[in-house]
Amino acid sequence: MTPTLQLFLIVSATLFSIGLLAVLSRRHAIFILIGIEMMLAAANLNFIAFWRFSPHPQSPTGVMVAIFSIAIAAAEAAVGLALVIAVYRHYRTTNVDQLDQLKG
Amino acid sequence: MNSIAFVAIAILTLAAALAAATLQKLMHAALSFAMTFVGVAAFFFLLGAEFVGLVQVFVYVGAVAVLIVFTILLTRRDVEDTGRPNWGGAIIAIAVFGGLLWAILKTQTLAIAAPPIEPLTVKRVGDVLMTDYVWPLQCVGLLLTAALIGALILVMEEKR
Repeated sequence: MTPTLQLFLIVSATLFSIGLLAVLSRRHAIFILIGIEMMLAAANLNFIAFWRFSPHPQSPTGVMVAIFSIAIAAAEAAVGLALVIAVYRHYRTTNVDQLDQLKG
Repeated sequence: MNSIAFVAIAILTLAAALAAATLQKLMHAALSFAMTFVGVAAFFFLLGAEFVGLVQVFVYVGAVAVLIVFTILLTRRDVEDTGRPNWGGAIIAIAVFGGLLWAILKTQTLAIAAPPIEPLTVKRVGDVLMTDYVWPLQCVGLLLTAALIGALILVMEEKR
């Protein structure tokens, strides 16, 4: 028995949910970024799986979207971590619960 | 496609992801994060997208994981994520997972096996990148330059 598309989608849904769990339950800003990266990786896995199981895998559209998505995720990670360092310099904390200066 | 390889990679990836999401020590969680991305790259290899798998290893395990470790070391004051667990977040994540699982299992057209394909070579990826996808490629280059400059400006010393 070979794995079907459903199994790949279930794995990627699980990875997405774990990323969401990290984003919602962590208080450290770096780990919120890690959760976002995991959710993006789950989306990439879906792109590749749908490309591989599509009736026309000759045209590598899914692969191209995944490559661009990885590049954009890398840019996002660089800017996000720079923001974390800037925030840490200013407030001496990376705990997102303590960053409530804009709260009314 | 080998189902034993699939199960092994799935267990590795999801266990590492769960560890990255729940471990208290930040450095351990960062290393689990790198492990997760090795697992995702292995999935890409299993699916026949070798080039994307290699890019995933280079970009995530090589660059992003090192960036995260450096950021943890530069913001060393709180290296442990203390505080009580946020049960609301866990409930929302489980609810989203349940919804996705329900939708996937209910769609019968997804239970298909992979069609046989000829392997996607790097030469073909390069050809397509330089012909059909040349404008997206230029845009990504511009975006990466802008992100590089933006990240540098963000972490520059503030003038007092």
